Amino acid sequence: MEELTHVVDWSRAQFALTAIYHWLFVPLTLGLGVIIAIMETIFYRTRDEKWLATTKFWMTIFGVNFAIGVATGIILEFEFGTNWSNYSWFVGDIFGAPLAVEGILAFFMESTFIAVMFFGWNRVSPKFHLAATWLTAIGASISALWILVANAWMQDPVGCTFNPETMRNEMTSFWAVATSPMALSKVLHTVLSAWALAGVMVVGVSGWMLLRNRNADHCYRSLKVGAWVGFIGIVLTAISGDTSAVTVAERQPMKLAAMEGLYKGSNGQEIVAFGILNPQKTVDNDEDPYLMKIAIPYGLSILANHDPQSFVPGVNDIIDGISKTPEGKPVNTVSYAERIANGKKAKEAVAAYHVALQKGDNVAKTEAEKVLQDNYKHFGYGYLDNPQEAVPNIPLTFYTFHLMVMVGGYLTAFLFVALVLAYKREWLEKAKWARWWHWLAIATIPLTYLCSACGWIVAEVGRQPWTIQDLMPNKVAISDLSAGYVQVTFWVFAVIFTALLIADISIIMKQISVKSKQDLNTVNH
Amino acid sequence: MTYELLQNYWWLIISILGALLVFLLFVQGGQSMLIGVKDADHRALMIHSMGRKWELTFTTLVTFGGAFFASFPLFYSTSFGGAYWLWMLILLSFVIQAISYEYRSKMGNVYGTKFYDTLLCINGIFGPLLLGVAVGSMFFGNEFCVTKNKILNVEAATISTWGPQHGIEALLCWKNLVVGAMVLFLARTLASLYFINNISDEQLHSTQCRQLMVNGAAFVVLFLLSAGLILTAKGVDCTNGVMQWVDYKYFHNFIDMWWCLILLLAGVGAVLWGIGKTLVSKAAWTKGIWWTGIGVVLVVMMLFCVLGYNHTAYYPSLLDTNSSLTIRNSSSSQFTLQVMSVVSILVPFVLAYIAYVWRSMDSAKLSKEEVQSNSH
Repeated sequence: MEELTHVVDWSRAQFALTAIYHWLFVPLTLGLGVIIAIMETIFYRTRDEKWLATTKFWMTIFGVNFAIGVATGIILEFEFGTNWSNYSWFVGDIFGAPLAVEGILAFFMESTFIAVMFFGWNRVSPKFHLAATWLTAIGASISALWILVANAWMQDPVGCTFNPETMRNEMTSFWAVATSPMALSKVLHTVLSAWALAGVMVVGVSGWMLLRNRNADHCYRSLKVGAWVGFIGIVLTAISGDTSAVTVAERQPMKLAAMEGLYKGSNGQEIVAFGILNPQKTVDNDEDPYLMKIAIPYGLSILANHDPQSFVPGVNDIIDGISKTPEGKPVNTVSYAERIANGKKAKEAVAAYHVALQKGDNVAKTEAEKVLQDNYKHFGYGYLDNPQEAVPNIPLTFYTFHLMVMVGGYLTAFLFVALVLAYKREWLEKAKWARWWHWLAIATIPLTYLCSACGWIVAEVGRQPWTIQDLMPNKVAISDLSAGYVQVTFWVFAVIFTALLIADISIIMKQISVKSKQDLNTVNH
Repeated sequence: MTYELLQNYWWLIISILGALLVFLLFVQGGQSMLIGVKDADHRALMIHSMGRKWELTFTTLVTFGGAFFASFPLFYSTSFGGAYWLWMLILLSFVIQAISYEYRSKMGNVYGTKFYDTLLCINGIFGPLLLGVAVGSMFFGNEFCVTKNKILNVEAATISTWGPQHGIEALLCWKNLVVGAMVLFLARTLASLYFINNISDEQLHSTQCRQLMVNGAAFVVLFLLSAGLILTAKGVDCTNGVMQWVDYKYFHNFIDMWWCLILLLAGVGAVLWGIGKTLVSKAAWTKGIWWTGIGVVLVVMMLFCVLGYNHTAYYPSLLDTNSSLTIRNSSSSQFTLQVMSVVSILVPFVLAYIAYVWRSMDSAKLSKEEVQSNSH
């Protein structure tokens, strides 16, 4: 059992490592793709060479970033098989489809047209080139859409049924998988946050160049597009975040409770705007969950249900079987102890089904099917030893959630000011505080990456211990490997990814430094 | 469509994707040649030429994986989790390729151009070799067992279990290595034909002609050896649901599915025609890549067909015959295959725009002047 725990931990660590590195590069690709496409559109419409120079400047950054995103992405796809082989069988019938669609619809679009984007300036017409740039950006977004649909399905498995004969879940509605509320809010929230990140990158890099008095015209051109895309991105991210919260409250109440460090819920539940958790607090003691907190009355009820008087359950409530209706009324449901019992019944029913199948006993088979059907929604709980096992890491979820929200709030204000300043060049050129603003813009770049990573940590840590919500815990999803094997590949990936990240940052900084010294009002370089 | 027809259809899609992937490995073949190129201009021309196509190979590999996952998830689950080291090495060899084209000539790349060129060479040699080993193991068997009801046992829930070497044994099997070496020399052969077609440089054409002769000869010898090994190999037959090892299974499949044999021979003919005519014309004829390319696609497709059709286990188990994977026992459900089949209608459109872009971008051959003027 100890070896099993080690394999699960190392497999999770390896997947988290790959996903975090992958997500360092993908949002910039998603957002910068749109920004470049808009810039090239302006060039196409005005035929103003300055816009072409600006487009090409950002295209270089895009290319460097794109390659490393591709490199880390392939590993993620294959790790579902290499490290999570049971998962691949248990839900491959549903999960594989979005990945295949992603490959057929999105990857080929990206990989075909990106070659035109970089090498086609003198080989295809300007119109074709512009179309290629847009198709590369659209391809990247379609790719994100399908992978996020797949991820959303793991958080909220819909459109499927368990087939005891094949011992796996099988798809019953592709439409339900592709358009689940979880998928829609996740796609919007994630893709639009990428626009915000790319906008901040453009504002930050332009700020650095303005600090050094290089290519001011190019910088203000970039700022106008970057700040617009970033500001629209962050506002829509906030709106989709609100939708996300409602969906999480509905489908993953335990995650919402962990995000807030809420153990005992109530009607008119406050939201903790800032707080420090009490490390002594566990689900089975009565310690105060917070050492200190600044709370907004009714905030969580409004966030979860859009009703200030509504009920939001805490961790202990959920364990005890107290939940909420979609309208936000408290309701008694099934406690975790009962879920564990139901899950075990479901597993026994599957075993009984197979015995009946071998014996050709149709009556026993039908009976087993009925027991399975009645209890399948708690199937995954049958693998748990106690209710506490179904509680995620509350401090990590709580702090990353609050950090994400705080930085997100700051980014909204920052991008709004950046947008205003993009049109008030004279202010920045005359004001004494302009230098501080540019430094702030530079410092905001890493902060945005941190915010983006926090979002994923909330989404993934908050749903633990489930690989597939309520159906399959991590410990059942893994491959038959020794922990030592996974440790080796973990460290190999860690070294390679880190080395590539160093090269990526170094190249981007060098490119910015060198190109910023060239005349970015012409394309003769 | 019936369930069986859908399973057959998806095996055909997998065969097409696999065949296209092998054709596109010309990029890796070209990279494997970089190690011996002394002329800086030639080196730059070759890298620029391949740099415009590497993403297609990479994408085809990813889509091949995704399509296999969607249509035959038990293979994805069994092979990837089991032959762990083999697949990890394949992944690593492709990861280092993805960044090398973009980083190699950029200022501030930390490790220097030579480092990235070495990575390209490593991917060029080991990418095709390891993929060939993985495909070879599909003919000659792997050490695994599949017990689906283990999923109910939390202590040891993994349904697919492997021998302790987890894929290293596949790397040490000489038959697999022969197939791997064949794929490597095929990729190098295709690369020479591609360079002759894509680059405008007489000196480089004559160098590539010599390479074509050497690599083409090595490929033909290894192909004959691989074909001999496959035709004389045992395979697992699953007629009427009973799994058993049968002598000369793949040979019998060619006899039973005579159309496969005819198409395979047509493919072989096209491959040899493309190589032969290019050599005879001393690279004055530059269309060899298309003849050989189409031939390769046909040959690989037919090899996949005899691997999966005619009641054959496409992933035979050496430890437990009944665990062998067939297109019947490892596929997705009928509903999923149906949904995916609707999506597959888009494949011709995808192929059409790839062909259109390829044609637009390659209408003029790559020259030294263009390479020097391109800053990317």
